[in-house]
Amino acid sequence: MAAPDKPSKLVKGASGDWEVVIGMEVHAQVASHAKLFSGASTEFGGAPNAHVSLVDAAMPGMLPVINAECVRQAVRTGLGLNAKINFKSVFDRKNYFYPDLPQGYQISQYKSPVVGEGEVAVDMPHGETIKIGIERLHLEQDAGKLLHDRHPSMSYVDLNRSGVALMEIVSKPDLRSSDEAKAYMSKLRTIMRYLGTCDGDMEKGSLRADVNVSVRRPGAPLGTRCEIKNVNSIRFVGQAVDYEVRRQIKILEDGGKIEQETRLFDSDKGETRAMRNKEEAHDYRYFPDPDLLPLEFDAAYVEYLKSGLPELPDEKKVRFTRDFGLSAYDADVLVSERALADYFEAVAKGRDAKAAANWVINELTGRLNKEGKDFAASPVSTAQLGAVLDLIGEGVISGKIAKDVFEIVWNEGGDPRAIVEARGLKQVTDVGAIEKMVDDIIAKNPDKVEQAKANEKLLGWFVGQVMKASGGKANPQTVNELLKKKLKA
Amino acid sequence: MTALTSLTLAEARAGFAKKQFSAAELTEAHLAAIEGARSLNAFVLETPERALEMAKASDARIATGTAGPLEGIPLAIKDMFCTAGVRTAACSRILHNFVPTYESTVTANLWRDGAVLLGKTNNDEFAMGSSNETSHCGPVTSPWRRKGSNTPISPGGSSGGSAAAVAAQLCLGATGTDTGGSIRQPAAFTGTVGIKPTYGRCSRWGIVAFASSLDQAGPFARSVRDAALLLGSMAGHDQKDTTSVDRPVPDYAAAAGRSIKGMRIGIPKEYRIDGMPAEIEKLWEQGRAWLKAAGAEMVEVSLPHTKYALPAYYIVAPAEASSNLARYDGVRYGLRVPGRDISALYEKTRAEGFGPEVRRRIMIGTYVLSAGYFDAYYVRAQKVRTLIKKDFEDAFAGGVHAMLTPATPSAAFGIGEKSGGDPVEMYLNDVFTVTVNMAGLPGISVPAGLDAHGLPLGLQLIGRPFDEETLFSLGQVIEYAAGRFQPEKWW
Repeated sequence: MAAPDKPSKLVKGASGDWEVVIGMEVHAQVASHAKLFSGASTEFGGAPNAHVSLVDAAMPGMLPVINAECVRQAVRTGLGLNAKINFKSVFDRKNYFYPDLPQGYQISQYKSPVVGEGEVAVDMPHGETIKIGIERLHLEQDAGKLLHDRHPSMSYVDLNRSGVALMEIVSKPDLRSSDEAKAYMSKLRTIMRYLGTCDGDMEKGSLRADVNVSVRRPGAPLGTRCEIKNVNSIRFVGQAVDYEVRRQIKILEDGGKIEQETRLFDSDKGETRAMRNKEEAHDYRYFPDPDLLPLEFDAAYVEYLKSGLPELPDEKKVRFTRDFGLSAYDADVLVSERALADYFEAVAKGRDAKAAANWVINELTGRLNKEGKDFAASPVSTAQLGAVLDLIGEGVISGKIAKDVFEIVWNEGGDPRAIVEARGLKQVTDVGAIEKMVDDIIAKNPDKVEQAKANEKLLGWFVGQVMKASGGKANPQTVNELLKKKLKA
Repeated sequence: MTALTSLTLAEARAGFAKKQFSAAELTEAHLAAIEGARSLNAFVLETPERALEMAKASDARIATGTAGPLEGIPLAIKDMFCTAGVRTAACSRILHNFVPTYESTVTANLWRDGAVLLGKTNNDEFAMGSSNETSHCGPVTSPWRRKGSNTPISPGGSSGGSAAAVAAQLCLGATGTDTGGSIRQPAAFTGTVGIKPTYGRCSRWGIVAFASSLDQAGPFARSVRDAALLLGSMAGHDQKDTTSVDRPVPDYAAAAGRSIKGMRIGIPKEYRIDGMPAEIEKLWEQGRAWLKAAGAEMVEVSLPHTKYALPAYYIVAPAEASSNLARYDGVRYGLRVPGRDISALYEKTRAEGFGPEVRRRIMIGTYVLSAGYFDAYYVRAQKVRTLIKKDFEDAFAGGVHAMLTPATPSAAFGIGEKSGGDPVEMYLNDVFTVTVNMAGLPGISVPAGLDAHGLPLGLQLIGRPFDEETLFSLGQVIEYAAGRFQPEKWW
């Protein structure tokens, strides 16, 4: 497959080209059983306020205690982003009043984050690999949730999310298009899912992004940016950026000025709009949280975590193309999810890797997507799919029959070899038997025989008839050869 | 019955052992004394039923030989400590109806060791004050009076209720919290012993926070040895407070009475401040003489940044307080004053829920943390704090075992005498005590004499980190030399 032409990243306006500059702050919920500073459960769902400890509700005299698991996950994520790990970092209080924030402050990391600068490689569909700089990663608490639609004059507060650990991953302004923004967020998600540090489940709000967008003439200094808050899907990131870019270009081309502001993305209307009278000069009065000592660990701890990291998608892709001879495209698809890659590897082991890739990508993934299942819940095991591939390889069944066998295994389970045996699906390679069928069809269709002699393309019709008569089991190659011989005669 | 309320902890324990009286009888005697002393306003909540229940349980444990170290000892608890099922308001209107479902670690330790809860004692609102006058529950009147005068005297603050209750023999001991002197100043004003241990020695979990980096719990008692026994139960590592320190709790009581021969005691020259009354100077000199007589050596030391301690303290403490008190917003518990929207609810609740001194400190704290002022105030104050800590480290590194200073710049003042005008005049009361909080060190106030009007005066001993034992040894020497002080009952 030839790579499509590298598209221009510039956006055409009425008065010429514009360059888009995007930086993202991705908020990823840390995969952990307990919250960042309390022992309360992080389980999704549950009755409102079912997962709230005294600390989360900010009762008098309660103190935060750092959850070591969240720190471990943040460091592992930092390693996955090829970033500098800071052996000493500080938790600060970000002070503001809101009913979803029981303490009256969010515990976050302001001046000294746990992870510093890093870099992520993002493969674009046209074959280019872009490098996106990571500015920092820090740990912070999530807020609770307000429910405004349960009472005519009051709002309800659900603190289940209050205190859940988030990693805020801040990129440098290195992204140049909505496609890059989407691909970057998608890559972060893949990396974190490989690491098991964030489940990346957008529907549960596990991954959200604040997207900073500005436009400029190519080569000009940075334009004024707008921040689009809390975009909760990769698709919406693309839509929000596209809308925002058009909006900004229109303002500038009409001779206007971009106001630096915070905007919201309305996914129903597909547009961004300024947040209402957002406290202009919000002063968060950051200061180090005196309830918490600085977070410190040593190089040995980081080395230990490093040694336990799984193979990450970039390395895996290199290995798949090198060791299995896969195309870059196939390798990309297979490494996009760790479970998918693992599945593929198990099937490919000792078999034709390209065939395995085809089956995993086309048949299995297609079928799983159709039923909304993921690899963990695949009804067809790697051993079963492997057996199907073996049966094809041994010439026991044709590719077409293989699809039927796959379907049977999907629905009913069982050993493919036994299924083929029991249901008589074995390919018929007995030339005598096939010849008999061929002769039969020829005898029944003298008119078609005449036409076929004039038009070779009619051969296909005869092949189809023979295959049908054999219940798909006749060896297609043998059928072809016999028909060719007999129709020419 | 009066006699039962004048016992020391050791005497009470001996009495139980010899079956001279029961824990229930001891508690009843104190409940009666509390009832008779309501005019002092030392208690904001009496818990007689719970007290008797706990005392009876103590008697049962004494009978089966499973008594804890504080078995049957009736105590008063400052209203800053959360007590499960017992209203805890920090003497603020904003928490007027707050009943915790949980027990602070320090009080839980006391109950674990068998102590009995008599009730909650009065304090300055959220422990912000030096006279107990900022309490939403009204001021405490000290059991002490000037000779020949009926003028009501302040017991000091913020732990004024606990200090007064111990001095008036309404309990055998009490808990306090000390952020800038809130245990040591009232102890000095009431002729009681009060110790603020090293930061991290006692857990802060379940104590209503004022300034997290400065707050520490400690005991009040009528003798050095009793204070040592109480601290021994209160102290200890707590996983729920990551600033608490994991090191064993020594036998503090054993340190009281230990020889101080050969100890080098630092006398910080910067504590000789302008306008210090002659009798304070004299008391300090007397203290030096007593320690010298017991074999210690006096060494002049310099703590050059002392004069910056008070201003720096009044930046750091309000800054932390402004953030710590943000949770009192009328949303989840405590007072709620409705408003047309959430902002109005916040404003009205906090305007009506907090008293003037608390509001003042929240405003100061908000100001010093705000953009444009943060570096000039908060950051500089933290630098000063580092220098103050270093002053002490240098002095201790020079071979000094502890330091001796006055506890307060004067004896107790009358209620209303200092609360009318300039708040800074009140803040100056903490001039000898705040340095100790800023440096995180242990400090004890021990009664050492009476002023010309017959009001108690105290001396402060400042120790090395986690060396409370030396403070108890030195304090015991002063107590032996000075004697113990008891107000005449007039209430």
